[in-house]
Amino acid sequence: MNGPHDLGGLHGFGPVASEPGEPYFHAEWEKRALGVTLSCGAFGAWSIDESRHARESIPPATYLSASYYEIWIRALETLLERHGFVSTAELAEGRMLEKGAEPKRVLKAEMVPAVLARGGPCDRPLDTAPRFAAGARVRTRNLNPPTHTRLPRYARDKVGVVEAVQGSFVFPDDSAHGRGENPQWVYTVVFDGAEIWGEGAEPGLTVSIDAWESYLEPV
Amino acid sequence: MEARVRALETILTQKGLIDPGAIDVIVETYETKIGPRNGARVVAKAWAEPDFADWLRRDATAAIASLGYTGRQGEHMRAVFNDTETHNLVVCTLCSCYPWSVLGLPPVWYKAPAYRSRAVMDPRGVLEEFGVALPAGRKIRVWDSTAELRYLVVPERPVGTEGLDQEALADLVTRDSMIGTGLALPLEARP
Repeated sequence: MNGPHDLGGLHGFGPVASEPGEPYFHAEWEKRALGVTLSCGAFGAWSIDESRHARESIPPATYLSASYYEIWIRALETLLERHGFVSTAELAEGRMLEKGAEPKRVLKAEMVPAVLARGGPCDRPLDTAPRFAAGARVRTRNLNPPTHTRLPRYARDKVGVVEAVQGSFVFPDDSAHGRGENPQWVYTVVFDGAEIWGEGAEPGLTVSIDAWESYLEPV
Repeated sequence: MEARVRALETILTQKGLIDPGAIDVIVETYETKIGPRNGARVVAKAWAEPDFADWLRRDATAAIASLGYTGRQGEHMRAVFNDTETHNLVVCTLCSCYPWSVLGLPPVWYKAPAYRSRAVMDPRGVLEEFGVALPAGRKIRVWDSTAELRYLVVPERPVGTEGLDQEALADLVTRDSMIGTGLALPLEARP
């Protein structure tokens, strides 16, 4: 979707602001936000793609003015309601009113080290051969779906070169919407800066994305 | 947000859906155990051992896992090497993908619109704000982390460091140098 998250090439956000000391967390609630989000992710009720879509679906004015962990929490509330774990009334009252859905698992303290060390690999074997080989010229499709996609706007309808076949991975555009994992080959596609930014592009600049096969057409 | 997060944690705890102790362990892990020193050790080993550098180039996931750095947001790794022709810079324009397993949790600027919007379009300007002036003619290669691959930049090895062991080399590898918004420290900056 063309949401507020798709930031590549937008103007007006000013300089990159460094921060003295760079604390990992700026308030106690940010620590809890991280932990609650990861704990709820362990339910196994939604994919990382569905959670990304919940974040990018936050209304633009809210998204752009929210801090990182605020975006996480707003999206988490949406996911918890959608999957029946928490109700709107409970969020309003701040306490349990009914039992709600049962998760596949609850993350206990003793499980945390193993769960973090394992992560959530999303590579999936494919029987088909990759459609493109390294060196192939490709054009990205001009997609503007209202649903989730990992093809950034700035890199649509652009000609680039496949640099590498990276393997086959869960297709987020489907996974985000409960349509299955439907793995596809993923390619690193390199674009000249001028192909993307046109006149005034920095000389010698190249930008690459990792693109699922269905984002690409042969040139 | 303070009250909102507390309410959410309360509801979920009352339902038995979360263990507040698990949250404590998660926070402690990322505050004290997983951080940029992991990545710095990977880079130092690549500088010191050509065979490891080759492995890192071919299969960064396995090479990094051999040092014990695996897991969340580092499931699929790729290492990209700076050289005299090209400087690599990593961003995630769509969210804030970042290799947690080797760099820890990302800084605020990495997640903020200013970096995400400009890194792909004006990387030289962004680098200048970080105090990095690249030699004239040095090309910039920006990697937008749009899939589940997480990138680790291997900066150029500082000159005069031939006599250092890997722990001392790792002292020269900054977090920013592994994102591409910085360079490795010169020998004389060694703490």
